Amino acid sequence: MNKMINLMIDGIDVKVSQDTSIIEAASSVGIKIPSLCYHQDLLPSAGCGICVVEIEGQPLPKRACCTPVYEGMKVKTNSIELRSLRKMLLEMILADHYVDCPTCISNNKCDLQDLAYIMGVKTEENAPLQTRKPIDESSVSIIRDPNKCINCGRCVTVCNDIQTVYALTTVHRGFESEINTPFSKGMAESTCINCGQCVVFCPTAALTEKTHTEQVWNELLNPAKHLVIQAAPAVRATLGEEFGMEEGSLSVGKMYAAFRKLGFNAVFDTNFTADLTIMEEGTEFVNRFTSGGTLPLITSCSPGWIKFMETFYPDLADNVSTCKSPQQMFGALVKTYYAENKNVNPKDIVSVSIMPCTAKKFEANRPEMQDSGYKDVDYVLTTREIARMIKEAGIDFAKLEDEKADDLMGIYTGAATIFGATGGVMEAALRSAYYLITKENLPSPEIKAVRGMEGIKEAIVDVKGTKVKIAVAHSLGKARELMDRIRQQIQETGKSDYHFIEVMACPGGCVGGGGQPFQSNLAARARRGEALYKEDSELELRLSHENPAVVEVYEKFLKAPGSEIAHKLLHTNYFKRDIMSGDIIEEATHKH
Amino acid sequence: MKYFRSHILIETDEASVQQGAREVMNALKQELAKHNLDQEVNVLETGSLGFFERGVCIAVYPDDVIYGNVKVEDVSSLVSEHFLKGRPLTHLVIERSEKKNIPLGYDKRIVLENSGNIDPEEINDYLGVGGYLAWEKALLEMKPEDIVQTVKDSGLRGRGGAGFPAGIKWSFTSPIKGVQKYVVINADEGEPGTFKDRLIMEGDPHKLLEGTMIASLAVGATKAYIYIRGEYKLCINRLQRAIDQAYEYGLLGKNILESGFDLDIEIETGAGAYICGEETALIESMEGNRGIPRTKPPYPGVKGFMQNPTVVNNVETIANVPAIINKGADWYRNIGTAESPGTKVYTILGDVAVPGLCEVPMGTTLRTIINTYGGGMKKGSRFKSALVGGAAGIFLGDNMLDVKMDFHNLAEYKAVLGSGAILVINDSVNIVDMLESVIKFFRHESCGKCVPCRNGNEQLYKSVRKIKAGYAGEDELDKMLLIADTMQKTSFCALGQSLLLPVKSALDMFKDDFLSYINKKKAINK
Repeated sequence: MNKMINLMIDGIDVKVSQDTSIIEAASSVGIKIPSLCYHQDLLPSAGCGICVVEIEGQPLPKRACCTPVYEGMKVKTNSIELRSLRKMLLEMILADHYVDCPTCISNNKCDLQDLAYIMGVKTEENAPLQTRKPIDESSVSIIRDPNKCINCGRCVTVCNDIQTVYALTTVHRGFESEINTPFSKGMAESTCINCGQCVVFCPTAALTEKTHTEQVWNELLNPAKHLVIQAAPAVRATLGEEFGMEEGSLSVGKMYAAFRKLGFNAVFDTNFTADLTIMEEGTEFVNRFTSGGTLPLITSCSPGWIKFMETFYPDLADNVSTCKSPQQMFGALVKTYYAENKNVNPKDIVSVSIMPCTAKKFEANRPEMQDSGYKDVDYVLTTREIARMIKEAGIDFAKLEDEKADDLMGIYTGAATIFGATGGVMEAALRSAYYLITKENLPSPEIKAVRGMEGIKEAIVDVKGTKVKIAVAHSLGKARELMDRIRQQIQETGKSDYHFIEVMACPGGCVGGGGQPFQSNLAARARRGEALYKEDSELELRLSHENPAVVEVYEKFLKAPGSEIAHKLLHTNYFKRDIMSGDIIEEATHKH
Repeated sequence: MKYFRSHILIETDEASVQQGAREVMNALKQELAKHNLDQEVNVLETGSLGFFERGVCIAVYPDDVIYGNVKVEDVSSLVSEHFLKGRPLTHLVIERSEKKNIPLGYDKRIVLENSGNIDPEEINDYLGVGGYLAWEKALLEMKPEDIVQTVKDSGLRGRGGAGFPAGIKWSFTSPIKGVQKYVVINADEGEPGTFKDRLIMEGDPHKLLEGTMIASLAVGATKAYIYIRGEYKLCINRLQRAIDQAYEYGLLGKNILESGFDLDIEIETGAGAYICGEETALIESMEGNRGIPRTKPPYPGVKGFMQNPTVVNNVETIANVPAIINKGADWYRNIGTAESPGTKVYTILGDVAVPGLCEVPMGTTLRTIINTYGGGMKKGSRFKSALVGGAAGIFLGDNMLDVKMDFHNLAEYKAVLGSGAILVINDSVNIVDMLESVIKFFRHESCGKCVPCRNGNEQLYKSVRKIKAGYAGEDELDKMLLIADTMQKTSFCALGQSLLLPVKSALDMFKDDFLSYINKKKAINK
């Protein structure tokens, strides 16, 4: 089936399977063909033309990204003419790009900047073509600056092909063509679910998060305010990358130290509420499972997935767990439980969360997320934003001594840490659900079947003779596949044979989130996930129900999982949204 | 059968209808009835008679007189002069060159043989001139591979611009088994100055259908689409009518003529983007997507519409097929040149005396086409250049008037036959102005997918504007050439690649025009 093809690239013999592109074949023998729009994880858009190569016997150069190899092919990846073509193309792109590198958010992380520098292209070679266009700041999560867009199409590919959200497309034609939302109505008036995959894949800074560092600095430097910080599980596996550490380096202790140095009054961890989520969601699952409730239960931690579900699958809203995400549970507790405990006026508390995610900004701004009586989470910063703040504060991150989080809401288990990787929530939930059903712990806490980068992972877990059918999907395209399957089962037989499902909006889970360091590829995401599994394996506490801080919060404040106060603070309801604009149409579920 | 002493053929193509052809027709009928001539003189609708810029044209047979610019108020004098007094109404007669009939040249026509002769809305008219005999022959007497072989042997090359041999294209798809296959007729004619396909479809829609049927049988497609640009309203109406009639006569549908072969033909309309004439962009558009070209390979012949094997052919190409099946490959090979057999339909526009449509054998020189079929240059003007092949064509100078026009010969001069548009330019025109509008066209029509085409066209446009404004030096010309060259070598599809032709030919042949702007800041003759 997989026929092997022999070809020669720059005089080197290469053997690859058929349907391989020239750029992949070259990469397999260590030849890097210059390219700009090409990304190894996406189908080529073939826009920029930088990757042109010469093929013996062909009159015109061909794009290496989308030209398949054939037997006996002879490829030359560099020549005087190819260099001149590439430089000319780069000049054309630069002439239509708003060049403000020193203040650009992508400075030193920009593919265009890199390539222009490496190839010695001057911006002034070609007359500027650009007339400045308005910047789309309508969304609470993502800013789109068409002036920096080079029309590579990566964002459109990831939004449409991988996420199947269809919020981005090319509009108009000719030189007026640009990437925009359908009908050019702005990101806020589109189906955008704020996942930020477009941001991560953008080679320039045409798509970035809406930044809130200014606001957080102002709060930090205001002595009247009491600042509390939480950091999501996946941040500890990526923050180091922003400071030159290797992919997959874990930097929990350094992260806490940096937060303290920045001036946060209390340094906590979202992992604490990840454990709490497991208690609430695990209880919810056990209740539904044992008393014939709506199944499958679908996880609700990923705010991108929640908006996606509200837009495309509101009919399955009752299947989604009523649990808030760990970020929002944390926010609700900070201004109640923590405020009481520390005797701080909740109105003076500024609750900041560090997230691998751009959709968390949207989630924090949802009007219903004020169950503490205040805005539960005041500011959401991405991994990239907090890294910039740490740099501005002059903190040498890599050399920091490890510190610990504060006790009340800073203790966590290994079950919480793996929330950051695809399958992690499922694994953590099963560890505790098993306990809740059987009053015994799993023989081994590790459930390998739900780990790894496969799009949809399925397994049947034996809970003392009872079979629980589970599935894990990451990326919304895969979630769509799974939801369609469930919808069909329900239509055909009245019920689905799945019991429990985890969905994460981003490929790889939160380690691949839209707030993570730019241009993370799938392989890097897998390495970050490994780091989280490693931390889990090294921790003494690996089961959420054994977290002493969680036990304490129930004893002193929440009473029991699923109690009335737990429901008030930790659970939520969902809406049905318009499929074109994402606007709320009506409630899809009712708050319990 | 009823006998008429005279037949009036009135052209009702889109352009004539807009200029009042139907009103003239009604007035004619009334006027004839008034003089009790309606039983002697028959009034018929037909396709284009082949003249542009001549308003409503009518032909009178057997007298063989063609009137142009006929208005409703001319009708009464026309009837009284021509039909009562028996002499032509001289001031409306279109003067053709010495040899009276040549501009129409019916004897040599293949594609347009019926256009202007029969009523395009009547299947019986088409059947009456031997229509659908080829379909019957292909269906009942030939195997699909024989049809492919015949078309291969005929040497028929694609008339959409690239000139790829049609039979070879079919031979990629024909052997594929076990999947739904499609034939798509590319009638998304968008090349500036080109409307040959419109006139073929308006004048003889059944011929296109017959060709489509034969092509579908040859490649084993049971579904064919005709993708027409949405502005071609009359074409769409006439083709739909023709399709309906063909179903009614059992020439389409299930088990056609009890051969066991099923075929359905459907019309798809385009929204007018030039890029949708590119076959993969056309397929994208048919699938409901934005019209942008796909990566090739895989070619549409293997993976096209809905990822199924799809043969995409131009209207003119397919309209040649019935004659090839009827008369054989050898007959076809005898027309035209060895490398490019058959005829070519041209639209002759610009500064010629009789702008019009003609179908001539491949290899006819530009000089013959202009002088014989275009009636020579307009009075008082001198030939400077001809833009041949549409906007994506080449500016030819007077040194190339005697080049034999076919795919092969033009390629030797790095020129193309393209869409068959010939825009004749007189010597008062500055080529820079022409080039500006060509670039402006491509700047607008680029799909925007790839950098060289999207940004390159804008760069060229900026350059030419700069030259015209008098702000450019001679180095701007080198820069234009470099940009166009980069576009040719790196553009994703033919749209961006073809800019080099007009830019380079304009710079090579008419550099003085550019210099006149650069040096004097104004054109030579302005």
